[in-house]
Amino acid sequence: MTTKLTAYEQQEHLIIADLVHEQATVLDLGCGNGELLELLRERKDVNGQGIEIDDEAIYRCVQKGLTVFHSDIESGLGEYPDKTFDYVIMNQCIQEIFEVDHLIAEALRVGREVILSFSNFANIQARIELFFFGKSPATVALPYSWHNTPNIHFLSIKDFREYCALKKITILKEIFLTHWGQTTIWPNLLATNAIFKIARQGQHGHVSGDGI
Amino acid sequence: MEHEKTEALVPVATQLLKWDKPITLECGATLDAIDIAYETYGKLNANKSNAILICHAFSGDAHAAGVDAAGRVGWWDAMIGPGKAFDTDKYFVICSNVLGGCRGTTGPSSINPKTGRQYATDFPVITIKDMVAVQKILIDHLGIEKLLSVSGGSMGGMQVLQWVADYPERVLSVIPIATSLKHSPQQIAFNEVARQAIISDPTWKGGHYYDNGQPERGLALARMIGHITYMSDKSMEEKFSRQLKKERLGFSFDADFQVEGYLRYKGDKFVQRFDANSYLYITKAMDYFDLSDKDLFPPNRRFAVKFLVISFQSDWLYPSYQSRDLVRLLKTRFVDVTYCEVPSTYGHDAFLLEIEEQEMLVKGFLARVAKGAK
Repeated sequence: MTTKLTAYEQQEHLIIADLVHEQATVLDLGCGNGELLELLRERKDVNGQGIEIDDEAIYRCVQKGLTVFHSDIESGLGEYPDKTFDYVIMNQCIQEIFEVDHLIAEALRVGREVILSFSNFANIQARIELFFFGKSPATVALPYSWHNTPNIHFLSIKDFREYCALKKITILKEIFLTHWGQTTIWPNLLATNAIFKIARQGQHGHVSGDGI
Repeated sequence: MEHEKTEALVPVATQLLKWDKPITLECGATLDAIDIAYETYGKLNANKSNAILICHAFSGDAHAAGVDAAGRVGWWDAMIGPGKAFDTDKYFVICSNVLGGCRGTTGPSSINPKTGRQYATDFPVITIKDMVAVQKILIDHLGIEKLLSVSGGSMGGMQVLQWVADYPERVLSVIPIATSLKHSPQQIAFNEVARQAIISDPTWKGGHYYDNGQPERGLALARMIGHITYMSDKSMEEKFSRQLKKERLGFSFDADFQVEGYLRYKGDKFVQRFDANSYLYITKAMDYFDLSDKDLFPPNRRFAVKFLVISFQSDWLYPSYQSRDLVRLLKTRFVDVTYCEVPSTYGHDAFLLEIEEQEMLVKGFLARVAKGAK
């Protein structure tokens, strides 16, 4: 049951690969079938490993020659010493994690930087569905109904920026995706997906962005 | 590549290495000479970089794969062979009988050269460390500088970990399966009950039974206990449920239920191939095993050994948490470790039965290790 990556996912993977330096050490939380780790290995020669809960996905990762750890991601980080990795990647998983606050803190502990991506719940399509049709949004970037979605947190770009300010997290880079490519204007309205590179405060500069 | 079944029909033979230099054991005693029984499968390549050592579990032997002259199929034949997990088209696979065993390698039932009689309980108490030291003699003898991998389940997994602790520079990777860094009190307890079953059999005679036949009742009982611990509640339900051997209850103490018949059969079969004293010695070695607390990895040592750790969901004898403890230790030391808990209902026996999943994991892992070795 190999599922093909959507164009969105492929685009996201390529952008994440751009954010990672050559021969970096990378931990991919919820690495799935290992496509992103494989891409990072090919493009950036990274020393990568993944954490994944699904056993079928683990088999496929190992067949790709990847180093993976069979576990849920909440309990998988505790034993790593501080700054074990150059990057911890949380690709489309923060929406699904119950104690997401703790997990982001842990990711910022074991990784020097964290790259995370999520679907923007305040995207115009979602707003239209909710406002005009009175329905929970089911869009290309959020392709689920209320009863079968794995998402338990519904956040927007603005929400996440506020969260970073509150938690004293430095935003190193923000990339916003729309149906037609990247955007820098009105991301909270136009972007379907967002990719953030963040670090603990006091380490790096800040990239400013607007928030509608 | 598809392989015909007939390929396995070329009988494999156990070879014997006669080692006549004294070896000092962990307990301090010395054995002046030992035999090491082993089998090999596949071909050693020119630069001797494709060798994999397989370590057998408690009651296993050197006959891991293929069919021997007596028609017996190797205990891990499903995993070792052309195109299989340990692919003998690519790798040179070695398996030897452990020290203290009764299947060719020196053990309590071997003749003590000093007395001309079986060692019996004069045989020194051996440890997993001693077993691995003997395996290293074999690997040296075969001229192999560095093993591509060492793998085994259960007690085999303990030997795998002992290899890393004692000879980390001699292994590129290891695959410990359904095993533990140390024997838990529960594991020791089951072994002790089994040992007491043997020792309390009047025909055991302090271990000096070789002229009169071995303590069959006690050994069979020990094996019956063992078999219960190798299965799971679910696998026993699936295999036997409450099915009767005959049409109705016998209202006697004969075996009414199929599970009773199975255990009796397994016990009776076992006494034909296994020495009761070996049972005592090998279980003791397992109970002494403890590589937790810095023994596996001295803190000042950096490790290049790659790990594939496998456990099984329904295994309550060597539960997954023991494998996770191992993985946790490895992570804190920045060791390259892949871990998988394979879903299975077979209990501890799963490492002998869940072939498809293990094959996927082992093949992918070995391919990566072999690529790095070139």
